[in-house]
Amino acid sequence: MDFELKEEQRQLADALRRWIERDYTFETRRKIVHSPSGTSTQAWNTMVELGLTALPVPEAQGGFGGSAVDMFVVMQELGRGLVVEPYFPTVLGARILQLAGGQEELLQRVAAGQAKLACAFGEAQSRHDLSDIATKMTGPADAPAVSGVKTGVEGGGQADCFIVSARGHGGQRDRDGIALLLVEEDTTGLVIRDGRTIDGRRTAGVTFDHAPATLLAGPGDAWPLLEAAADYGAALLCAESVGVMDALFAATLDYVKTRKQFGVPIGSFQALQHRMADMFIHLEQARSMAMLAAVKVDSADAEERRRVVSAAKARVGEAGRFVGQQAVQLHGGMGVTDELPAAHWFKRLTAIGVTLGDVDYHVRRFAGLEGFRVAG
Amino acid sequence: MDLNYSAEDEAFRAQVREFLAANLPPDLRHKVRHHLRLGKEDYVRWHKIAAAQGWAAPGWPVEYGGTGWNAVQRHIWDEECALAGAPQILPFGVNMVAPVIMAFGSAGQKAHYLPRILNCDDWWCQGYSEPGAGSDLASLTTTAVRDETGEHYIVNGQKTWTTLAQHADMIFCLVRTDPAARKQDGISFLLIDMKSPGITVRPITMLDEEHEVNEVFFDNVRVPVANLVGRENEGWTYAKFLLGHERTGIAGVGRSKRELGFLKALAAKQCVSDGTLLDDPLFAARVAQVEIELMALEVTVLRTIAREDKGPGPEASLLKIKGTEVQQLLTELMLDAAGPAALPFDADYLEGRHEHAAGGDAASDHAPLAAYYFNYRKTSIYGGSNEIQKNIIARMILGL
Ligand SMILES: Cc1cc2nc3c(=O)[nH]c(=O)nc-3n(C[C@H](O)[C@H](O)[C@H](O)COP(=O)(O)OP(=O)(O)OC[C@H]3O[C@@H](n4cnc5c(N)ncnc54)[C@H](O)[C@@H]3O)c2cc1C
Repeated sequence: MDFELKEEQRQLADALRRWIERDYTFETRRKIVHSPSGTSTQAWNTMVELGLTALPVPEAQGGFGGSAVDMFVVMQELGRGLVVEPYFPTVLGARILQLAGGQEELLQRVAAGQAKLACAFGEAQSRHDLSDIATKMTGPADAPAVSGVKTGVEGGGQADCFIVSARGHGGQRDRDGIALLLVEEDTTGLVIRDGRTIDGRRTAGVTFDHAPATLLAGPGDAWPLLEAAADYGAALLCAESVGVMDALFAATLDYVKTRKQFGVPIGSFQALQHRMADMFIHLEQARSMAMLAAVKVDSADAEERRRVVSAAKARVGEAGRFVGQQAVQLHGGMGVTDELPAAHWFKRLTAIGVTLGDVDYHVRRFAGLEGFRVAG
Repeated sequence: MDLNYSAEDEAFRAQVREFLAANLPPDLRHKVRHHLRLGKEDYVRWHKIAAAQGWAAPGWPVEYGGTGWNAVQRHIWDEECALAGAPQILPFGVNMVAPVIMAFGSAGQKAHYLPRILNCDDWWCQGYSEPGAGSDLASLTTTAVRDETGEHYIVNGQKTWTTLAQHADMIFCLVRTDPAARKQDGISFLLIDMKSPGITVRPITMLDEEHEVNEVFFDNVRVPVANLVGRENEGWTYAKFLLGHERTGIAGVGRSKRELGFLKALAAKQCVSDGTLLDDPLFAARVAQVEIELMALEVTVLRTIAREDKGPGPEASLLKIKGTEVQQLLTELMLDAAGPAALPFDADYLEGRHEHAAGGDAASDHAPLAAYYFNYRKTSIYGGSNEIQKNIIARMILGL
């Protein structure tokens, strides 16, 4: 067994961390978030130069064919730095393209940093259930179109292409009836309402009105792809959470060692020492699960993948909530101010908690797996 | 033992409900129930409506314009207001500075300030905390030194976390008047006009991006000695008196009941695989647990009220801790119930400039729930953090 990172992985992490510390400081990030576009071309270009967009793309399409463990390293650092560029939706979209096959040219553009993707999976009623789809696929298979309203589309206002889940046939949650389609941003029938999320990212509501599309996977084939990609995304979010928690924990530890009340550092109060110890335990348990998810998410055994990813997302989510809330509490009044980085790590953890399945959703999925009743 | 309200109590409740139905403006109710932000005029409007009825300060003695209600009636009033979605009558004037003025203030202070507080003609804020003095309040360093004539104090220093000071006409401050004394013994209680030259208010943005608290700087601010409450260097006693006053309300039972209703309605609208979220055993169990905790808290509050004459004393700490824990859990569950729909942030909607949030439809109106969850982290920090409340329980009740 080997829990160490490879040399290249360590180097990539170092390079990323150096860039964030130098050019993507808390103040810079704040300016980016409050700018009209909410993102930064310069930051994106640097990420491309560092090889981040090429990393998850297969070598045949000009990428590095990086594994989920490689991505673990990247997501951790992006989490630490609270980077708001639409990298995650692009990676998630690229995963779908790769699983679906075809679309080599678009994948090449992604690898080169020339195309940003957005995943339009969610709808107003769907909460965490990706099979709850009302958006319709219309027209023949060789010239399909999409009609419907998608919500919470991260990076939707910045994307060049949308990957859209739509219903070819069947009832509201019929998995077999789901198709995955590609819609270009500059096509007809598309209305994008760009907005901001509470954790400083860009989100959009997107209305598709007979928007011309390309079929990526038709009914019958699309659901397994969508589910596998979502699991991959969830594993990445777990890695990001660990990066966020690492940074938040370190900042809090530093704070309780330096903040004085009653003439002593508040970290000398046993009640707070135990709180820090509990946070530490949560963090380490979460780290273990995030690692496990990174290693297993590529597993050919779909059942094993579901089990591990759900376990990880649930455990990391629980840790994220505890560590986030306690970090704020231990900072006292400072903890609830927007000036403090801690508050923003807390917000990011909260947002991750309700993205691609919350704790309850994944506990439920975990307990619903066939193996749950037999295996220990 | 009888845990029911009496017939008179129920009649009183009906009377309060009738008043609220007739007098609470629907737009204010809407804002409160939907977790939108309230402006100064919203608070003042409701305060004045209550004042016109003679109910703005139920806890005050009748001679100053109070209601003469007993503790149970005051509890019913609080609860019904919260359930109806009335804006809070802010405590800084009515429940904080007024009792201190009544107990320790001069005749002139009483005559001038109390009617104005009752009618919300002055907006008050509380200047206790400082950057270096939070939980350890007694270590505050803002100084007040008498000038040569002895008619004014010259105040220098900084207060922080001053809630809604941007609207304030007056601030009540703890200031150090004797630097040589033991730290609790050199503190005085001053009433300061916010328009005095030398006062600067700087906003602090909260993590939900709301401007709710401020820093207040004092640079050679001249305060008439007539604005000293009680005796010089005895301010700590008054501050403690204030903290012990009217604390059953801090549990926020009425408000939590309203939010529990909101949560259930929200969860009952969310469809999950085989039914609504409220039918989901996992989620339902979490809601049920909060509801049970809230039931227990309500009875604990009522037990405290029943011993009205003795006052809640250090038991108030229990109410603060449990009250805020329940409130925070409810905001957490609301966030969970909304799911990803809680994430969009739309200040225009929160501030009432648009009817619906960014998505443009009623579903997108869940957007404030993340902001609300973030905002409510404050409740376990302000008013004496929950850790400090536990220290109080350990020391004052358990004798540890
Ligand atoms: C939204 C908001 C509004 C406020 N409004 C006002 C206002 O209007 N006027 C006003 O004067 N003040 C106000 N406050 C200030 C509030 O009273 C203080 O924030 C609070 O007393 C905590 O002080 P602190 O922020 O300095 O935290 P600190 O005292 O630095 O505490 C940091 C952490 O250490 C813990 N801690 C400290 N001492 C101990 C101990 N002995 N044992 C165990 N744990 C300990 C605390 O519980 C906390 O978790 C407000 C605060 C907030 C957040």
